[in-house]
Amino acid sequence: MPAPEQRRIIFQHIDEPGYSNDLACYVRHGGYEVLKKAVTRPPAELIDEVKKSGLRGRGGAGFPCGVKWGLVDRKSGKPIYLIVNADESEPGTFKDRYIIHQDPHQLIEGTMISCFANNVQQAYIYIRGEFPHGARILEKALAEARAAGFVGKNICGTNYSCDIFVHRGAGAYICGEETGLIESLEGKRANPRIKPPYFPAVLGLYQCPTIVNNVETLCHVKYIAEHGGEAFAKIGTPNNTGTRIFCVSGHVQRPGYYEFPAGTITMGQLLYEVCGGPLPGRKFKAVIPGGSSAKILRFGERFKGKRKVGADLVDYDWGVEDVPMDFDSLAMIGTMGGSGGVIVMDDSVNMVEALANINAFYSHESCGQCTPCREGSLWMKKITTRMVHGQARAEDAALLKGVADQIPGRTICAFGEACSWPTQSFLAKFGDEFKQYPETKKTKAADSRALV
Amino acid sequence: MNLKAETLSRIDEVITHYPVKRSATLPLLHLIQEDVGYIPEEAITWIADKLGLQPINVYEVVTFYPMFRRKPIGRRHIKVCRTLSCALLGGYKTCATFEKEFNTHCGEVSPDGEVTVEFVECLASCGTAPVVLIDDDLYEKVDEARAKQISDQIKAEAKTRKQAAS
Repeated sequence: MPAPEQRRIIFQHIDEPGYSNDLACYVRHGGYEVLKKAVTRPPAELIDEVKKSGLRGRGGAGFPCGVKWGLVDRKSGKPIYLIVNADESEPGTFKDRYIIHQDPHQLIEGTMISCFANNVQQAYIYIRGEFPHGARILEKALAEARAAGFVGKNICGTNYSCDIFVHRGAGAYICGEETGLIESLEGKRANPRIKPPYFPAVLGLYQCPTIVNNVETLCHVKYIAEHGGEAFAKIGTPNNTGTRIFCVSGHVQRPGYYEFPAGTITMGQLLYEVCGGPLPGRKFKAVIPGGSSAKILRFGERFKGKRKVGADLVDYDWGVEDVPMDFDSLAMIGTMGGSGGVIVMDDSVNMVEALANINAFYSHESCGQCTPCREGSLWMKKITTRMVHGQARAEDAALLKGVADQIPGRTICAFGEACSWPTQSFLAKFGDEFKQYPETKKTKAADSRALV
Repeated sequence: MNLKAETLSRIDEVITHYPVKRSATLPLLHLIQEDVGYIPEEAITWIADKLGLQPINVYEVVTFYPMFRRKPIGRRHIKVCRTLSCALLGGYKTCATFEKEFNTHCGEVSPDGEVTVEFVECLASCGTAPVVLIDDDLYEKVDEARAKQISDQIKAEAKTRKQAAS
């Protein structure tokens, strides 16, 4: 079956010749018209549109945006804050980079509409430290928008005022976790907070109700405010509405970013047709579908079960290629859609070495406050690194599993899951390679590509 | 602290962005690092005084975030992405090329003082792997040949600068 056509809503102007990131260009393309209309509507109506749209957060968890907004404590009398999570750090994910660098006003407009809907008077864009140009571009765009009355005092001539400031991170992955991000914005180490009681919707920034939304999510809000929640819900499939941006990297002919109506494209269509298939002479071996913490899939494995189609339960029998790339289908086969970062590995990759690379990342990025995660991620790194660079033992697979199984569910934040899922899933899917690795190593070419 | 006038005015401005001064800790560290090149000891007490904090409140932040450094670095800062998508396309060879070209090791200042080569975690440009961030600029698809080319360029600039100075 041929792959569906791309439908670029968020990435409409990305890489468009002549499209620049300044206000004049954005306004020429109809920019801020949606905000002008939005501020004349009752805020509750905008929240309703987002609820109707079924929009799910694009940062990784896929939590419904309307529900998140609905949880905000509006009776406390405290100010409500909105934070844009632009800390894009999940390995394999690179969508927000292009929005921030090439179309910053789209993000600002979506943010302002969301602020107005939620009666927010102060918002922050928390941008990762490794985007220095991105931070400058956003600051310039905000200054332009402020001067034109789209940000700051009396927005579009109304009584509503709300400012947005850019806040730069400094290289810590954990700042993508919303409560870690809040701690960081308060000027502290980004140690995530325990929930309950620290649900951001009630006790967030400065102990005030706070909304944290991903860059892409807020851009979708702009589309929803323009076209309505029902129109948005018609794109994609039920429960997976709107478009989804996939970031494909690794061993494919055409890596890059592709936007499709959610749930309409399968993994096979995406990798073979859209991305041009494997590199010459190679075969696909494994794919991580939703950022490096998502559980890995092995080409050749099959997934069977029953799924809901409309009101009916139907049997499915899928290979990796057949899986629709939506939150629910990916969850059904034991992995996740996450942040949309698809990392592809071909048959040149040894899975012990790939896991060693991932484990080095998570051990570097653990914030260190929970013992199972701090020690566990470090041990998983030490074991896999030793397997590659030192002595590999047949019993290492069992040892790794023993460590990984003791982390999830025992930590304050989801990093515990994120750091153990790669080890657990690599062992479950490629356990044979781990057992054979002591032998594999003996015949390894000296100049082979290093992964760790 | 001997900071540029521009840095000082930006510091005073950024503090006004937050209802709680402590929030300005990261912005101040960034501004001072851009001005001085690293975070010297005295910056920690200076920021603490400025924001009404204890020095430990600032120190614990400096040691948590990888981008803050306690020592000067080379004239150019070469950060090679180490994470999976870049490694799959040869990131380790890219890094080794820079190390070889500047006769240095990861995390150290090269003997000529021109560069500090560093391996960093995901730079969020996985589709154009391997990527390298040099100072503020991203270089994409940096294989060994391109790394050599970039190194030659940096060396040529250094030579021109030294000739102009002498």
